[in-house]
Amino acid sequence: MTESSTPQDYVPGTHPDLPPPVRTTGPIGWARINLFSSPFNIVLTLVAVYVLMSIIPPVVEWALVKSVWTAENRVDCWAQMEVPEGAACWAFVKSRLQLFIYGFYPQAERWRVQLSFVLLIFAILPVLYDKLPGRRHWFWYVVAFPFIAGWLLVGGFGLTPVDTDQFGGIMLAVVIGVTGISFSLPIGILLALGRQSDMPVLRLLCVLFIEFIRGVPLIVLLFVASTMLNYFLPPGTSFALLMRVLIMVTIFSAAYIAEVVRGGLQGIPIGQHEAADALGLTYWKAHRLIILPQALKISIPGIVNTFIGLFKDTTLVLIIGMLDPLGIGRAALADAEWAGLAREVYLFVAIFFFICCFSMSRYSLYLERKLHTGH
Amino acid sequence: MKLKTTVTLCAVAFALAIANAAQAGTLEDVKKRGVLNCVVSTGIPGFAFPDKDGNWKGFDIDFCRATAAAVLGDPKKIKAVTATGKTRFTKLNSGEGDVLWRNTTLTFSRDVGVKLRFHGVNYYDGQGFMVPKKLGVKSAKDLGGASICIQTGTTTELNLADFFHSNGMKYEAVTIETNDEARQNYLAGRCDVYTTDASGLAATRSTFTDPENHVILPEIISKEPLGPATRHGDDQWSDIVTWVLNAIITAEELGITQANVRKMRRTSKNPEIMRMLGKEGNQGAELGLDKKWAYNIIRAVGNYGEIFERNIGKDTPIGLERGLNALWTNGGLQYSPPFR
Repeated sequence: MTESSTPQDYVPGTHPDLPPPVRTTGPIGWARINLFSSPFNIVLTLVAVYVLMSIIPPVVEWALVKSVWTAENRVDCWAQMEVPEGAACWAFVKSRLQLFIYGFYPQAERWRVQLSFVLLIFAILPVLYDKLPGRRHWFWYVVAFPFIAGWLLVGGFGLTPVDTDQFGGIMLAVVIGVTGISFSLPIGILLALGRQSDMPVLRLLCVLFIEFIRGVPLIVLLFVASTMLNYFLPPGTSFALLMRVLIMVTIFSAAYIAEVVRGGLQGIPIGQHEAADALGLTYWKAHRLIILPQALKISIPGIVNTFIGLFKDTTLVLIIGMLDPLGIGRAALADAEWAGLAREVYLFVAIFFFICCFSMSRYSLYLERKLHTGH
Repeated sequence: MKLKTTVTLCAVAFALAIANAAQAGTLEDVKKRGVLNCVVSTGIPGFAFPDKDGNWKGFDIDFCRATAAAVLGDPKKIKAVTATGKTRFTKLNSGEGDVLWRNTTLTFSRDVGVKLRFHGVNYYDGQGFMVPKKLGVKSAKDLGGASICIQTGTTTELNLADFFHSNGMKYEAVTIETNDEARQNYLAGRCDVYTTDASGLAATRSTFTDPENHVILPEIISKEPLGPATRHGDDQWSDIVTWVLNAIITAEELGITQANVRKMRRTSKNPEIMRMLGKEGNQGAELGLDKKWAYNIIRAVGNYGEIFERNIGKDTPIGLERGLNALWTNGGLQYSPPFR
């Protein structure tokens, strides 16, 4: 409290509100506080601006401004540029878009893939947004969806059968990702509960399963799926490679989910268990109504993290000869008419995976905020 | 192309040891199924790649189509079972594929150790070197001290070490994973030399903006005979694949082409042509095939020269010379036993 020397023309304690000093508000103020607050920060800011300026404009120019979108082949594409190979040739990705999306799925049957995708959106909506009208009635549809989609994609029962090794591209990645995610969550929760169970045999089995699967790299499991399983099965039984891969991916991610959920379960104070017991709830009721809703809520970041990892891991099937988007890209690059456009293909695949994974992570943030009921 | 590790071999051998006896009667299986399953690569320029509609094309694929034409009478009845260098032999041995047309080097360990049956050579390849012209290198013997881009885990790596060691030279290896990566590194000057199979070098060079500024050195430092393979234990099926390849080579030797095969079959008086195309004798029936099997092959894909020129020859972007793959009568190595 210092005594002001200027005469006051207002009643003490009623100083009119003044706007904050210009230098501390608006863009200038923001920049002063965040970018130029000290000599060191000024240097850092200038260096960062220089780095960004030298990276972003050339990349934008390469990928968008000077890029070529229509061409017959690589030579034609490069001929349209000022400098051959000096800009992106998206004509290649554009002409192979169908291949990237559907893989080798028969052309006449591709409506089934499209229909499955539309059904997938309707199956995901009620899971994602609890404000959807009549959400309860959707439940059975969501449960039935994997089987409906499986029937649509594979065929039989009135539809032309399509071999699963015709699957490829984005469709394959989505099939593996969605199957892995939707089956590994319930299995993972059961495993986590089993690991905490009082029954020694059940607990031992769950621990063995989780530790074994977590101790083996996914790529090894995929190799086992692709090379060994066929030898163990009786001759004549053919068990589609995709099916084997789906099983492996699901149990792999289930083991990780189990550990994430176990972390959530351990974060629930023992008092919650005791309270549930005191209310006379059975084991399942206690878990369904009290323990799991809280445990899953704290596990959300970990669960989504596992899902993102799983979705990106689908590219590993490339090594056992299945053509996911990355594999399709590499195979398409073997076309001598177009070979040499690797950067475009890899960038395209990277953007696809980024969009998928980034939306998953954003959704998880939204979910965390919505479920945040702490004090 | 030759991705091969001892581990794979061990795994395959182990798997085979515990496997049930190899299935007999591949021919019946294929006929019943109505589709031929060919183990093919996941993409090698000129040899196997999908076009924009997802149809597989290329040199190896044409041989697969030829096999389907012989067995099923229709070259379209194929299914490409894509396999990487690591999984190709198990895909064949576990029965997922009927025949392997996948740019595979015939070696002792694969023939004997992995228990495959090889059926001749549809492409003679060998490891070569590519350098920028401005370096002024004329021979691989001048490459002492060079940095060399090379794919990891392939026989090319071992061949390279042997070659430099036996010539008392040193080199610096820049290891890369894929052909595209090699291309980027080589063009960016991170290595002076790129080494892989000569066909691969030519294919890679064809994708440069300035192919004329790069030379492939004359030295070929290894033998890479690429050919089809089948499982042990089905001699009839093995015979079919062997003679499909032989028929394609013989057709070129006898001047039978896709365009004139119909006329040849009607009018030719050459006894070997008449036997092969099913006008005389019953070679088809002896193989367990239709008597027009070889006729169907040539109708579908043409003779060896036509397959070569269409997929990897001079007028294609790959632009390979016939070289070792010319007929024996033209100074090459392609030679087929007679149809007698």
